[in-house]
Amino acid sequence: MNPFSSGTRLRDMIRAIRACKTAAEERAVVRKECAAIRAAINENDPDYRHRNLAKLMFIHMLGYPTHFGQMECLKSIASAGFPEKRIGYLGLMLLLDERQEVLMLVTNSLKQDLNHTNQYIVGLALCALGNICSAEMARDLAPEVERLLQFRDPNIRKKAALCSVRIIKKVPDLAENFINPTVALLKEKHHGVLITGIQLCTDLCKASTEALEFFRKRCLEGLVKTLRDVVNSPYAPEYDIAGITDPFLHIRLLRLLRELGHGDADASDCMNDILAQVATKTESNKNAGNAILYECVETIMSIEDNGGLRVLAINILGRFLSNRDNNIRYVALNMLMKAIAVDAQAVQRHRATILECVKDSDASIRKRALELVYLLVNENNVKPLTKELTEYLEVSDQEFKGDLTAKICSIVEKFSPEKIWYIDQMLKVLSEAGNFVKDEVWHALVVVISNASDLHGYTVRAFYRALQASAEQESLVRVAVWCIGEYGDMLVNNVGMLNIEDPITQVTESDAADVVEVAIKSHNLDLTTKAMAMIALLKLSSRFPSCSERIKDIIVQHKGSLVLELQQRSIEFNSIIAKHQNIRSALVERMPVLDEATFSGRRASSLPATVSSSSGASLNLPNGVAKPAAAPLVDLLDLSSDDAPAASSSGGDFLQDLLGVDLSPASVPSGTNQAPKAGTDALLDLLSIGSSPVQSNPSTPDILSSSQDNKMPIAKLDELSSTPLVPVRSTSAGGAASMMDLLDGFVSNSPKPEDNGSPYPSVVAFESSSLRLTFNFSKAPGSPQTTLIEATFTNLSP
Amino acid sequence: MIQFVLLISRQGKVRLTKWYSPYSQKERTKVIRELSGVILARGPKLCNFVEWRGHKVVYKRYASLYFCMCIDQDDNELEVLEIIHHYVEILDRYFGSVCELDLIFNFHKAYYILDEILIAGELQESSKKTVARLIAAQDSLVETAKEQASSISNMIAQATK
Repeated sequence: MNPFSSGTRLRDMIRAIRACKTAAEERAVVRKECAAIRAAINENDPDYRHRNLAKLMFIHMLGYPTHFGQMECLKSIASAGFPEKRIGYLGLMLLLDERQEVLMLVTNSLKQDLNHTNQYIVGLALCALGNICSAEMARDLAPEVERLLQFRDPNIRKKAALCSVRIIKKVPDLAENFINPTVALLKEKHHGVLITGIQLCTDLCKASTEALEFFRKRCLEGLVKTLRDVVNSPYAPEYDIAGITDPFLHIRLLRLLRELGHGDADASDCMNDILAQVATKTESNKNAGNAILYECVETIMSIEDNGGLRVLAINILGRFLSNRDNNIRYVALNMLMKAIAVDAQAVQRHRATILECVKDSDASIRKRALELVYLLVNENNVKPLTKELTEYLEVSDQEFKGDLTAKICSIVEKFSPEKIWYIDQMLKVLSEAGNFVKDEVWHALVVVISNASDLHGYTVRAFYRALQASAEQESLVRVAVWCIGEYGDMLVNNVGMLNIEDPITQVTESDAADVVEVAIKSHNLDLTTKAMAMIALLKLSSRFPSCSERIKDIIVQHKGSLVLELQQRSIEFNSIIAKHQNIRSALVERMPVLDEATFSGRRASSLPATVSSSSGASLNLPNGVAKPAAAPLVDLLDLSSDDAPAASSSGGDFLQDLLGVDLSPASVPSGTNQAPKAGTDALLDLLSIGSSPVQSNPSTPDILSSSQDNKMPIAKLDELSSTPLVPVRSTSAGGAASMMDLLDGFVSNSPKPEDNGSPYPSVVAFESSSLRLTFNFSKAPGSPQTTLIEATFTNLSP
Repeated sequence: MIQFVLLISRQGKVRLTKWYSPYSQKERTKVIRELSGVILARGPKLCNFVEWRGHKVVYKRYASLYFCMCIDQDDNELEVLEIIHHYVEILDRYFGSVCELDLIFNFHKAYYILDEILIAGELQESSKKTVARLIAAQDSLVETAKEQASSISNMIAQATK
């Protein structure tokens, strides 16, 4: 009985698997087959090994685990017959990879097979070795392979050559052993041996400079002759592709010549003629011809300078670039990137075509072209190129906008000739693709705006106008809101009008406040934007007295915000507006000019720092509202880095504090301040933006108790301006009272401190059409540290 | 150097995988999933190259099958298209106008042929005739072995009757 026909045959198993309608059915069939194969393995039945291995390979291809079959491969390889060895080696290459320990066990079988009398078995062993050998195996078997380079049959020689390629890659030290046998391979007539011999030679040249020198001296002329012969060879049906004899051989020869010619003028000279011939004579209407031309251009670019050849090569690329075939255009763009290093001027000539490729419908081509354009930009062409790119930004695909925006921003930052141009371009990008702009890009823009004092009026008007047109782009809104907050008065009074500017229709104070109000109320914008809008409102409240009441209303509306950051700001700002009129104008003064050098230095180094601080800041609050980190904002406004020059004057200090410098209060030793000015503290807390004293304070219940509130008077303004402010936060019992001022907008009025047991007004924490949640507060007499909070849920639905 | 060869059907089923660089089983699955997502989604008029994790994947569709080869950054993409075509033509001659089903039921043959074309991720033979001859010689070796085995088992069957 034929052992190949019993049980389920491979064909039947494949049929059964293909007939499965669901993944579960398929799993069941595979499980059954695997069980049968395991059983066969356990019986150690050599008759079925062949078929079982084939089945395992198919199962492996479907993605199921087949490790239990690895030993079967080894057994199959060790058996005597060719069919068993053939399937065994196939399984070895498919089921194992070079990192598996099992592979070491096969070294001995490989060694025997490399010395086998049957050349096909030698071929199998070479093939397996070439595909999966590890460094150890390479060392063990290199002598065998080296010997096989001189085997009588050319088909073994070619396999041995590629095997040597792998061995050299794994163990470069072995390269020198292969140099001499390779010389003979390069003189072969058999194309297979020649191709693989050239490949081996190329890899040897890459692996060792000695080999490179050796081949340059010994073989260069022969190789040039071989190339000439194959270029001029008559029609050879066996190797013909699209009218060219063996393009693969062409390409490998050109590649080896590139290695030999690179960095050696004599060698380059020697190959000039044949390269010129290939570049001019090769037919370019078929892919095979273009592949050769492409390789030839690369060789011309890499070898030592020859003006004439370079022109030829650039012209070929120009032809490629205007080709209708996308593949050809893609490789042209690819090649032009390398050509820039050689001849930037020549590449610049194709700028218009390359720009067209940025707008191609094919993502691969677009990406290549954009990279290339990026390399082409210099001081002279930055303006037209940026204009083109930003215009394209308007119509480009969504998924491409991210890449494109990043590149435009990078170009603009790197090459901008003047600030006004920079601001204009960024404004365009922000209006078109503000949602794709990274935080550090608009942070940099704000720093530049802040430094361009003569452009403040222009900028705020430009952003105001842009915001009317596209209010959906997050980072545009952020920058616009920031500008309006800082320079709102310039917007209203048309201060610093440039003569290039379009006259803007008179913007009233309430128009400006409208814009910010829209931002704060929009549902599409995120917390950072809204928080920035809140600050802008605070600033405007002082700048626009006529809107002061309205702004107060908007701010008050957010006292009940569920987002802690907004609620906190709302309460803080409200108390500034309501109670601290005398200091308000000083508080909301314009930001001092942000230091560009500090910012760029920080930008380079702050990336990890920002990450860590933001991860620390986003903690889950007791009421379950996660507070998103305000880190980007803080990072922008935070001048507190040690080298910040503004830290000298107390006014500067004050502003810094206003801007949230005390994000890290722990860094200031509390002992330095002998007599803490409680009022100052309170104000600092009040003004701290983005810092989280409330969340970081361990005694959270104190927030709601105002028992010790009255002990802390608000410091007078003159004190503030004369005393160096050191933010000190003492968390000892009662010390947390400094925070109370912050909350006095929340609790209606300040109760008497002794009145511990008195009932506190209850607060409606949440109210909708169907549910009301009320908090009632009380204190147990005798333990003023503890506040009892009673939550009442009321169902309001009818 | 070719890092790996993939044959994927239009439905995303894997028909052949050959790895010339070490990829663990997990990585292989991930690579196949990622690449079939990218390649199958591309339109017919687009170029045959996809940039992927610092490598380039050259693919070409023949009927319902996508032949993909992943190469290094500085390899010749156009040449790899020719290698793919070279392989397809040899398959076509071997099976006689090859179709996907041939490659499913005779997947091991497709591997044997590929092993005669590529070793260590490099091309070893540019003559289709030579590859066909070598495959035929090895197939006949297998046939002879099978016949011998069956004649022996016949003899045993005869003797033990």
